Amino acid sequence: MKKSQREIMDSSRQITRRGLMLAGVQVATVTTLALKMRSMQLDHAEEYRMLADGNSIKMRLLPPARGLILDRNGLVIANNEQNYRVTLTREEAGGDVEPVLRRLAQLIPMSDARTDELRDEFSKRSAVTPIVLADRLSWEQFSAIAVNAPSLPGVMPESALSRAYVRGGDFAHVVGYVGPVSDYDLSRIEDPDPVLRLPDFQLGKIGVEGRMEEVLRGKAGARRVEVNSTGREMRQLSRQEGEQGATVQLTVDAALQNYAAQRMGEESAAAVVMDCATGELVSICSSPSFDPNKFVRGISSKDYRALMDHDHRPLADKTVQGVYPPGSTFKMVTLLAGLEAGVINGGSRYYCPGYTELGSRRFHCWRRGGHGSVDAITSLEQSCDVYYYELAQRVGIDRMAAMARKLGLGQRHDLPMSAVSEGIAPDRAWKKARYDQAWQIGDSLNASIGQGYVLASPLQLAVMTARIATGRAVSPSLIRSVDGVRQDIAEAPALDISDSSLRIARMGMEAVMNSSRGTARSSRIIREEWHMAGKTGTSQVRNITAAERARGVVSNDQLPWNRRDHALFVCYAPYEAPRYAVSVVVEHGGGGSTVAAPIARDILLFALNGGLPPLDAVPSDQRAAMQARHEAMSLYTPEAPRPGRSRA
Amino acid sequence: MSYLDYKVAQVPTGFRKVLYINWPLVLLITAVCCIGFLMLYSVAGGRLDTWAEPQMYRFAVGMVIMLTLAFVPMWFWRGISVAAYVACFLMLIAVDLFGVIGMGAQRWIDIGPIRIQPSELMKIALVLLLAAYYDWLDLSKVSRPFWVLLPVMMILAPTALVLMQPDLGTSIMLITGGGIVMFAAGVSLWYFGAVIGAAVGLVYAVMVSRGTDWQLLKDYQFRRIDTFLDPGADPLGAGYNIIQSQIALGSGGWSGRGFMQGTQSRLNFLPEKHTDFIFTVLAEEFGFIGASSLLILYMLILGFCLYSALSNRDRFASLITIGISATFFLYFSINMATVMGLLPAKGSPLPLVSYGGTSLMILMLGFGLVQSAHVHRPR
Repeated sequence: MKKSQREIMDSSRQITRRGLMLAGVQVATVTTLALKMRSMQLDHAEEYRMLADGNSIKMRLLPPARGLILDRNGLVIANNEQNYRVTLTREEAGGDVEPVLRRLAQLIPMSDARTDELRDEFSKRSAVTPIVLADRLSWEQFSAIAVNAPSLPGVMPESALSRAYVRGGDFAHVVGYVGPVSDYDLSRIEDPDPVLRLPDFQLGKIGVEGRMEEVLRGKAGARRVEVNSTGREMRQLSRQEGEQGATVQLTVDAALQNYAAQRMGEESAAAVVMDCATGELVSICSSPSFDPNKFVRGISSKDYRALMDHDHRPLADKTVQGVYPPGSTFKMVTLLAGLEAGVINGGSRYYCPGYTELGSRRFHCWRRGGHGSVDAITSLEQSCDVYYYELAQRVGIDRMAAMARKLGLGQRHDLPMSAVSEGIAPDRAWKKARYDQAWQIGDSLNASIGQGYVLASPLQLAVMTARIATGRAVSPSLIRSVDGVRQDIAEAPALDISDSSLRIARMGMEAVMNSSRGTARSSRIIREEWHMAGKTGTSQVRNITAAERARGVVSNDQLPWNRRDHALFVCYAPYEAPRYAVSVVVEHGGGGSTVAAPIARDILLFALNGGLPPLDAVPSDQRAAMQARHEAMSLYTPEAPRPGRSRA
Repeated sequence: MSYLDYKVAQVPTGFRKVLYINWPLVLLITAVCCIGFLMLYSVAGGRLDTWAEPQMYRFAVGMVIMLTLAFVPMWFWRGISVAAYVACFLMLIAVDLFGVIGMGAQRWIDIGPIRIQPSELMKIALVLLLAAYYDWLDLSKVSRPFWVLLPVMMILAPTALVLMQPDLGTSIMLITGGGIVMFAAGVSLWYFGAVIGAAVGLVYAVMVSRGTDWQLLKDYQFRRIDTFLDPGADPLGAGYNIIQSQIALGSGGWSGRGFMQGTQSRLNFLPEKHTDFIFTVLAEEFGFIGASSLLILYMLILGFCLYSALSNRDRFASLITIGISATFFLYFSINMATVMGLLPAKGSPLPLVSYGGTSLMILMLGFGLVQSAHVHRPR
């Protein structure tokens, strides 16, 4: 179609007009865009810059799995178990948590009090912070929630590791427990590991858990995540798994520990079993105990009160923390001091009329009628007090104290346990420093039979016994291996005590058990290969007044429990080649020979036998009672060692 | 005047055409594309091979296509306009029938190794057809109802198909692009008034239809409208993109955080930062200066196109140039308005800058036609 020149002109004019109009619209649009850009980038740049800085990379820590704690045979004492829990994030629940809480209450039990607590928590915390709704759910509850997740917006079922003490109370004092990190904990640690600041992280509080925290904790892993300005995680940039804490293997035999705990029963008592050659603590058990798992979960104030108010003090670790007048178990120290000082020899005799007079004071022997003429061995065998009163006056307290320290008393043994006591091996300087008083000769007399100022823990008594038994300065140890690496135990150096002196002390201890007049004869072992030596002790916790004495000695049974004597016993076996040294203290138990000795003997038998004490090892008249005791016990059934882990 | 009236000798021939190409336009396009390469290099964290290099390759191919088309005589394009439109139309039908589902909508068609988005091609084909139509139509008939209804049908037919995919954004661009050609051709302003009035009514109807059983949009489209109206209502859900893009854009400030220093884009808070949201990366790293520079380059491209259109006495050529520059304009203004939060979020690339072959090829094709119109303009 041919167009006229005029048409072309019209068309051109038309297009020019409309094109310019279009250009106007375009310019207007672009101007709008530019203005908006100007407003955002120039006028409000600061606001946006702040929002942008809220968008950033954050490190999220991955708590490491805590190292396992095993017994000497590889049995698990403390492990980590899956803890199923659910958290709720308010923001993801659409701001209102009520309907979610209501629906959740139909799946798992939630008390009204708990719901109120949660409501409070939600109102206080940020909307993006996940808050734990329920902890330690059963698998059934957990899966019920997981299945119903679509109707529970913001609810997140999670599983985390949590510490479990599978041996219950047996190791409560040794291993201790973990608990939430407190501000106090943080304040004590220089440059605390950031993982400690994780809200649910738990740290070792006492015992091995507390003292070996660094080893057990492991190394936290980390995730680098991007979070946007509202705090939501956008994606994970990298993930580095943490390292599990080192496995710590104790020297303790879980089966023996279990037996010791059961044997002591409800007594307020402590038992320590030490390997004579290595110093390894094969059992170190304080009774009564408590369930450390309760502390992991956060103990209720009611339970805590009950533990605090219990007069047998379950929370106290009587093995290392408790110190007692060692009573007659201290007599070996006095004897050895006398022998080493040359004051006496094995044949030296003192006459025991039943008391010693010192000025106007009378120091009584436990046997009112006296022991007559007594030599070194008989003095131990019959535990004659007067012999030691006489000896003490000649030896002097400083030499006794030096001997006590040589045997491991009055010093803190380095164990990874809490509140290890130093005990007291008193001498002149000590009393001067402590009381600013001069040492009295009467103090020496009291000290000679382990009364007065002398204090020792069951651990120290076990060390003392082992040192006497071996003649070597064995030191206690509790850790057998860390991460499979055997802790080396240096060969114990010889004690600076002559063999002849030691032999006399040992012979005395042997006589205590086996001679016809030995104080602990009824607790002897009749098997020849486990020939046993020991020493009883009964320590007064009260002063017997002259008036009481005039009325006649009141029997322990008539006194209130907390004023009765402590019963102590130390022993080792076999006599010829010592393997285990045992000390037992029964608080307010009465007599060492009647209460502490049978317990110590049974524990010793278990250690020697590697299982329940055989009935034929004890005198025949005790077998029925022992049989009955065994049947009443509910011991842990031995379980196979964990597969795939060397028993080191 | 139609090309048949030209004295062919007046039109440059052979390689002499090179001298008549609109070189400033070529330079501007190259400049914009280079900004694109720079930004793709930056969002890839300083890597060429992730996005920048493939994009350069595509740009080279696009450049060759553009220059090749520039050499093709204008009358050829008019000759094939109807055929092109019909072909695109058939492809649209094919997509609706066998198309690949991508990104929640059915838009692509696979022909061997090449993926074609017929709806994009249709933008050019529609402009071609409408320009040819108005070139053919008697000037006096332009505003007569029947002769208005005919191009409206030409626009609405493919739009309906695109809407069925469903692709609201492209539908709107087809209608607007087509409308602009009609506007430039001189259709009475009354019609446009009526259409805009109807559109407002339609929007109202759409909003009312929500939640009823004759709901006109898909739920996700309604949600986009919601978040557009109040992005803060759902800051981590659907409004997230817009908020993050605004944060990135705003935090650029006057001169930006510096090349490769954009924390927002670098840290992946921005979605699709190499495609639809690349403008925010530019705005964050180069600030207001960088962003407005790009805007100025775009305006210059529009200006050169307009000048070329107005100085061209051939009606078909003018309309083509106006139609294609309008399409270009729609591309970038919709993208920028979206990232600034002035329009509801919809996937649309920033022309010549965003990573992706389809829009680059379509635009280079379009600019090829613009160049052809420029080279073969009556003298």
